[in-house]
Amino acid sequence: MPSFDVIVIGAGVNGLACASHLARQSRRVLLLEAGQPGGGMALAHLVPGLDPRVAQGMDLARHGLTFHPALATTVLHPEGRHRTVSAGHCDGPDTAAYAALHRRLTAFARVLTPFRQMTPPRLTAAGSEWGRLARLGLGIRALGKTEFRELLRMILINVADVAEDELSDDLVRGLLAFDATLGSWLGPRSPNSLILLLNRLSMGASPLLPKGGLPALAGAMTRAALSCGVTIREDARVAQVVVEADRASGVTLTTGEHLYAPLIVSAISPKTTLLSLVGPRHLDAGFTTRLSHVRSRGGAAKLHLTLRTLPDFRGADLRSRLVIAPSVTAVEAAFNPVKYGEVPDAPVMEIVLPSAHDPGPPVLSAIVQFAPHSPKAGLDTARAQMLANTLRQLETCAPGLGALTTGARLLMPQDIEAEFGMVGGNWHHGELSVEQMLFLRPLQEAAQYQTPLPGLWLAGAGSHPGGGITGAAGWNAAERIVKERA
Amino acid sequence: MSYDAVIIGAGHNGLVAGAYLARAGMRVCVVEKNDWIGGAAVSRELYPGFTYSNCSYVSSLFRPEIMRDLELPRHGLQILPYEGGAVFTEGGGYLGMFRDHDANRREFARHSRRDAEAYDRYSRDILRFCRFIRPMLMRTPPDPSSFRPRDLAELAWLGRKLGEMSERQIGEMVRFWTMSISDYLDEYFENPVIKGYLAVSAIIGTALGPMSPGSAYVLLHHYMGDVDGNVGAWGYARGGMGSVTQALAKSFRAAGGEIREGSGVERILVADGRAVGVALANGDDVRGSRVISNMDVKRTFLKHVDEAALPGDFVKRVKAFKIRGSSGKLNIALDAAPVFEALPEGAPNLRGDLHFTDSVERMERAYDDWKSGQFSRDPFQDVMIPTMIDPTMTPPGKHFMSCFVQYAPPKIAGRDWTDADRDAFGQTCLDQIEKYAPGFKNRVLHVEVRTPRELEAEVGLTEGNIFQGELTFDQLLFNRPVPGYAQYRSPIRDLWICGSSTHPGGGVMGAPGRNAAAEVLREAKLPLGMSDAYAVL
Repeated sequence: MPSFDVIVIGAGVNGLACASHLARQSRRVLLLEAGQPGGGMALAHLVPGLDPRVAQGMDLARHGLTFHPALATTVLHPEGRHRTVSAGHCDGPDTAAYAALHRRLTAFARVLTPFRQMTPPRLTAAGSEWGRLARLGLGIRALGKTEFRELLRMILINVADVAEDELSDDLVRGLLAFDATLGSWLGPRSPNSLILLLNRLSMGASPLLPKGGLPALAGAMTRAALSCGVTIREDARVAQVVVEADRASGVTLTTGEHLYAPLIVSAISPKTTLLSLVGPRHLDAGFTTRLSHVRSRGGAAKLHLTLRTLPDFRGADLRSRLVIAPSVTAVEAAFNPVKYGEVPDAPVMEIVLPSAHDPGPPVLSAIVQFAPHSPKAGLDTARAQMLANTLRQLETCAPGLGALTTGARLLMPQDIEAEFGMVGGNWHHGELSVEQMLFLRPLQEAAQYQTPLPGLWLAGAGSHPGGGITGAAGWNAAERIVKERA
Repeated sequence: MSYDAVIIGAGHNGLVAGAYLARAGMRVCVVEKNDWIGGAAVSRELYPGFTYSNCSYVSSLFRPEIMRDLELPRHGLQILPYEGGAVFTEGGGYLGMFRDHDANRREFARHSRRDAEAYDRYSRDILRFCRFIRPMLMRTPPDPSSFRPRDLAELAWLGRKLGEMSERQIGEMVRFWTMSISDYLDEYFENPVIKGYLAVSAIIGTALGPMSPGSAYVLLHHYMGDVDGNVGAWGYARGGMGSVTQALAKSFRAAGGEIREGSGVERILVADGRAVGVALANGDDVRGSRVISNMDVKRTFLKHVDEAALPGDFVKRVKAFKIRGSSGKLNIALDAAPVFEALPEGAPNLRGDLHFTDSVERMERAYDDWKSGQFSRDPFQDVMIPTMIDPTMTPPGKHFMSCFVQYAPPKIAGRDWTDADRDAFGQTCLDQIEKYAPGFKNRVLHVEVRTPRELEAEVGLTEGNIFQGELTFDQLLFNRPVPGYAQYRSPIRDLWICGSSTHPGGGVMGAPGRNAAAEVLREAKLPLGMSDAYAVL
């Protein structure tokens, strides 16, 4: 006899959001987590913007979640002529041009936001879904003729051309290129890169830092889930999804324990879920092939430095998000080698100094791009090389940083995969790229969160609208489950 | 006298547009800056006794409907389908190519049995995408921001076309259009040489690498042509690519059209907001009720029209139009056929394209050089020897070799090309060939090296871009060349554009010229002479 209505696999931001939403619909929900709840969130150091439905639906504020004021961004200049950028304003020669571009992109992002909060439509959709799509379409058309045309022109454009057409300051151009490609496997000259910036903008204009950092967010979400009635089990790694009579009916843990529920929701990678936990023998051969084609190359490394004291980045505001991306070309040059499994000489990066905001020992956290997901030289060699090149970049911007460093740890994409289970070390559990978006995410047959295996659903970043600490995928999946099985 | 239409540029699209208009009864004059016609589809004797196709060099994309409408075979055009080709590998081997699908499949099996199996699926899938896109080539793109009945009807037509496919097929097609060719090929094939061979069509003429998203669409752009109904086949125009434009010119003249060579246009004459003719560099004016420009959109509006006559937004967009050249070309007169070490004697492969880039990675690295403003140190070359099957171009026993080279940037690290750069570029290419065909250089009688600089100076293609504008989604369909002006019109009344800067883009295709003529005739309320060819679409 199953004692739960739903088993959710993976207590990341999406798993927690999904489980909470389902529990509030008076379902008995068991949330299984291989490590600690929200553990994977430690990979991030900023939040682009939680989905408002999640923040309000889980009442995270009541569970202790507060944010520092939105962070400004400082684009570091090697000689200290930094640029400060915040919510549509930048200093330097591009103030007016940047404001205009930001306004336009924000307007585009706003009309695209509703798509994030819906289940991707089937192409053979029923009438009601087309009605909703038509309304969204008209919402886009309401931008006005000129802006509508601009949106259609720019939707699949590369960010480098936009930066070079509209701006003149290399640092601001570099920032645009960096932000668009952050967490992706694209260079700024790759077509389809601007849409990733629009996606980021649709989550929020400025990145946020929770008070207490990402662990505080994980804590608040866990408490919220518990208060919704979710049962959470830590250190419970799922080895297998139990399939009986062509239905998912439960899970087997690595300990051998069986747990049963009529509904299994996986918030971990779709590939891992279906290819490892379920296994190809329960799936259609064509589906398995297409699933194996889902690309999941991680291009970002995570750096963690422990320091004696806070460093000086040539006068930059340490409470801002510090970005090393001196030009579009620099970002592109950092991407080039990873195509061949090599390490870039001069990586670009986003740096956060949590101890400038919260009390605690001085540490530096950076997301460094681009790191090869399967280095030709072998993981250890590549990691050492990547760390050395990263530290050299940092030393240029913060002379003396090396002497302040007491410990350095760099996670390559393969390390991220090993530690957090994200296939290929890709944050989004599958690249967020146009051909893997909307009704193609993670692939067509599973884009409405329901997999071809009855009883098994997806709710993770590998599903629409992708990852990025928003909880949107988990919430969308929960809404869909409620609607389908109401 | 005043014409009904003055067309600037006797390239293939200008001549196609002219021929359609003349056949509909208009008095048409084509003005051409060079002393010869043809634009980038020319045959020129640059070394005594040798005819060079010194710009475009193969034919497939030219629309069969136009060929029939304008009776080009009757006017002397003959396309010789070629068969064969090879990719030479660094290890001294080769992958042969054949027009026959099964022969190709057997050759693939020599390199990978799995890939030979995959080739059937791959060909079937690509052909399906081709079939969807081909009918769009000869239609004016709808303006999605418009609520006019005509645009709505066209959008509905597109919707119906989509509806003919299954949900899965639509999904696969959307993926294909937005993916990189490298990723796409990885889904089918494992052998790097096979992937390197198949990726070629996705990069020819573009400022993209095989790993750039959107490159798979470019592959389609090169596959949707045909020779005598064989979709995807390529051929040589007998007598060089100039034969295409010569036949067009004959057809045009037979319909009463007039061509003035050596008549470069200084500016387009505009009076009361309407184009009324052109002022030539030699001081003459040619007047007409409308002006149709076969020049690229940048050249037309930034060099030959007073900026004040144009809306600011339009000028801004035209200035930002992406037209970066990415290729160069070597035209070589050979004393004797080259001998490629890897090929067995008498192998038919010399009749087709010869490549030396045996992996996608090498191709992408060549692109990385372009991005940093350098020509590729290890370039991709598409080498062809049309005289293997067309003896009319050279003295007996001699050969003309055409080497299309990527990548070559429009500027070298931000500065203009110099003669020394050009020579170094040419040498790099010759050295690459010599490596696979020892003794090749000794057989060279004459080489013409063309970088984007030469292409711009001679043909007038801005930045040496062979497609008159890059083929990325922001510049395709209703976005080409500029959103809101994708229907061959311009902000100036009676000034039209008919070159490859417009839908459906570059290649010796003729579709932009024909579509522009159709729009002109539609507005003039004259019938467009169409052959039965359309019935088969």
